[in-house]
Amino acid sequence: MKYRSAFDIIGPVMIGPSSSHTAGAARIGRVARTLFEKQPTKAVISLYGSFAKTYKGHGTDLALVAGIMDFDTFDERIPEALEIAEQSGLEVEFITEDAVTEHPNTVKINLFDDAGKELEIVGISIGGGTIEIIEINSFKLKLSGAHPAILVVHHDRFGLISAVTSVLSKYQINIGHMEVSRKEKGDVAVMVIEMDHKLEEGVFAELSSLEGVDQVIRLVD
Amino acid sequence: MFRNVAELVELAEQNQVKIAEIMIRQEIEVSGRSREDIIAQMDNNLSVMERAVERGLNGVKSHSGLTGGDAVLLQNYINTGKSLSGNLLLDAVSKAVATNEVNAAMGIICATPTAGSAGVVPGTLFAVKEKLNPTRMEMIEFLFTTAAFGFVVANNASISGAAGGCQAEVGSASGMAAAAIVEMAGGTPQQSSEAFAITLKNMLGLVCDPVAGLVEVPCVKRNAMGASNAITAADMALAGVTSRIPCDEVIGAMYAIGQTMPSALRETAEGGLAATPTGRRLEEEIFGKPKTKLVDYLITK
Repeated sequence: MKYRSAFDIIGPVMIGPSSSHTAGAARIGRVARTLFEKQPTKAVISLYGSFAKTYKGHGTDLALVAGIMDFDTFDERIPEALEIAEQSGLEVEFITEDAVTEHPNTVKINLFDDAGKELEIVGISIGGGTIEIIEINSFKLKLSGAHPAILVVHHDRFGLISAVTSVLSKYQINIGHMEVSRKEKGDVAVMVIEMDHKLEEGVFAELSSLEGVDQVIRLVD
Repeated sequence: MFRNVAELVELAEQNQVKIAEIMIRQEIEVSGRSREDIIAQMDNNLSVMERAVERGLNGVKSHSGLTGGDAVLLQNYINTGKSLSGNLLLDAVSKAVATNEVNAAMGIICATPTAGSAGVVPGTLFAVKEKLNPTRMEMIEFLFTTAAFGFVVANNASISGAAGGCQAEVGSASGMAAAAIVEMAGGTPQQSSEAFAITLKNMLGLVCDPVAGLVEVPCVKRNAMGASNAITAADMALAGVTSRIPCDEVIGAMYAIGQTMPSALRETAEGGLAATPTGRRLEEEIFGKPKTKLVDYLITK
């Protein structure tokens, strides 16, 4: 079940013209921004499939940049997003790719800041404004989308996986699916955890405050 | 949780409640939110739809200049009293067009289930409202009923033009609207299912071929057609007409057709109306000369 809510169907409230190519694009951009935790100084956006063919007509470029600036799907500044980006010092580059991807509405976003921080995410817009993030920093996410999921970014060292799962177990939250991965030994690592229950704010905060945990992000609510 | 229309109808019949109520109960269960909270959010979506229709009926124009103003022409025509198809049908058409014209002008709308098909559900709702005089809560229920059917289509087939063509967008929206009209008019859950099936059957194979890749031509007029199709099918179902092919199988057929539809006809602006001489000329006027594509070269040869 990729769609879980009545509001995935009747919604989102959004600036037109396309739920997949405009609202979905804004949402993917906004996830990238949330993961990056700050406004980047540069964004390289690679478009595939239908996104590459029709992005101008749908304002996909405007919406992606708006999302990267943390605008919501109904923000009336979306039509002026490119001008606002330029004024606020965000350099944007678009690349249209010919490669055939599994889903026709695919975008890869690379974000950079002046201090050398980098992020790469790949998102797909599956219709009606609903999106999936399928890759973060080359780490492929295999989420069913049917259950609440979080992404934990942490230091790669012993005991951290156990610390995170202990918190979940303390609140009687069952894990349905879990994956762990890292860049290099001792470097940055990530956990993707799919659970049977939605995380309450308190649990979320407790996970975020664990020593060695850099960031906890809700991937699916 | 219901997985298909048959289960949805069965749940409503067993519990002797509206389909809308089944959707609301599921939303409470899945999201963990309160009933009041969920109703309030749908109420807000309804307000967004009302404002979009109102704005469209006052006249808007898209940035490209391709669409806008047709909702005004339709309302003026209705007011002459000469309409052939009847005021309710044409009112639905004009309000569907109004919503999509606002969408094309990058105004605020509520996707139902997508932005390109955002006109059908509000267009029919606000037209039928004039005849059935529903309460605010009944109008909110109308939207939950459309959501229940859309939920099945989205999970079992597709609501994306890029994945399944226009049949997945305006086709789904029309079926959703027809089912909800039947429920508002006092029909049974089974009759809602028949109305959905009849509507979608009439839209199978519809391609997504937007001129210049813009959600304007032919999208706005397809919403007009979708609204009239929904009202006709709702009337047929209320009259007792049934679909020989069950609703879930029609949805399955829509999915299978989408899977075999060529990419040129799935929101790439490479085929259909987008590839007509006029479609290409409009594209060039809006975005400048396109890169020569091998396939075009071969066709012109």
